[in-house]
Amino acid sequence: MEAINLIVRSIFVDNMIFAYFLGMCSFLAVSKNVKTALGLGVAVTFVLVITLPLNYLLETHVLKAGALAWLGDEYATMDLSVFSLLIFIAVIASFVQLVEMVIERFSPALYSSLGIFLPLIAVNCAILGGSLFMQQREFANVGLATAYGFGSGIGWLLAIVGMAAIREKLEYSNVPKPLKGLGITFIITALMAIGFMSFAGIDI
Amino acid sequence: MALLNSKTKAVLLGPLSKNNPVIVQVLGICSALAVTSKLEPSLVMAIAVVLVTAFANVIISLLRNSIPNRIRIIVQLVVVASLVTIVSEVLKAFAYDVNKQLSVFVGLIVTNCILMGRLEAFALGNGPWPSFLDGIGNGLGYGWILVVVGFFRELLGSGTLMDIQVIPESFYEVGYENNGLMMLAPMAILLVACIIWVHRAQNKELQEESN
Repeated sequence: MEAINLIVRSIFVDNMIFAYFLGMCSFLAVSKNVKTALGLGVAVTFVLVITLPLNYLLETHVLKAGALAWLGDEYATMDLSVFSLLIFIAVIASFVQLVEMVIERFSPALYSSLGIFLPLIAVNCAILGGSLFMQQREFANVGLATAYGFGSGIGWLLAIVGMAAIREKLEYSNVPKPLKGLGITFIITALMAIGFMSFAGIDI
Repeated sequence: MALLNSKTKAVLLGPLSKNNPVIVQVLGICSALAVTSKLEPSLVMAIAVVLVTAFANVIISLLRNSIPNRIRIIVQLVVVASLVTIVSEVLKAFAYDVNKQLSVFVGLIVTNCILMGRLEAFALGNGPWPSFLDGIGNGLGYGWILVVVGFFRELLGSGTLMDIQVIPESFYEVGYENNGLMMLAPMAILLVACIIWVHRAQNKELQEESN
């Protein structure tokens, strides 16, 4: 129950894009048509679902104050949380590289349709943001961390697909010249974000 | 002056307007907008990004001939993450309240696309000194947007600047109200849209053809 609540909340209320503006760069760059937007959204969700539990385990068993107690008494007082940023980003970057190589080896078709987005994901703020929020929220177990990763990913996917759908229709509208392209996209994002605020307070 | 010839000057000043990382190249919006509800955190964030971009550019530029191409992204991320860790520890020591307000967004400087963009596009192909200037220029180009957004949001949203009351008490007595909407996150992005509007109305060559 707690996990479902967490998933729903992270999709609608704490939406990565509309509540925290994470992953905006690729959100704005890749939301020109629905198909590529969907591809990137799925890739982001996948990477979030894998890296978040990984980073959670690292956080609770290596990085947190006193987390190294399992190595013996003299390690019990160690606090490695200074390095969390480095470790998180290293995990994410190497995982993305690994996924890229595996997909390239086993499924060239998927690689060519997803390939260009994969290196982009390593620097997608939503991924690192997920890990940093996970650290801040101190989830009770791995399951909740995974649920949070899944929810955030789906929320990101929903947002980028919605945005792409609106931008496809926007082709036919008459936008003031200086606002064309980037400007109007920003305004739509802001309006969508205000819309998403009406979800605030959902609790299952 | 030998240190600033016309080329390096363009490198330093270009990103402030014509080649601005935020409103022209669309980089680094991610970690920016959520911190701009007040002027003070915006300023701190701007300074932090200027420092990190400049020094990351210098370090990568020095290492550029010895990084294997295949793992360069990981190397870049590690360099940036170490710099950000230093900045975040310094903030925790000397500006704890601001650090609390910025929360995870200091850490998110790591994935700020401006950094990766500049490292990939500039530092990997240029010497340390131009790279340093490029970092400063892009950091400032990002910073002034942040400060402008922070300025208007704090002025209209809470009637203060740097936590000092600027809207006189008499305004409130005759019925002036702070605009609470300004404190909400979406307004930051709307303000950036307005900056883009003004900027592109001035610089016609930047206007786009399609939506």
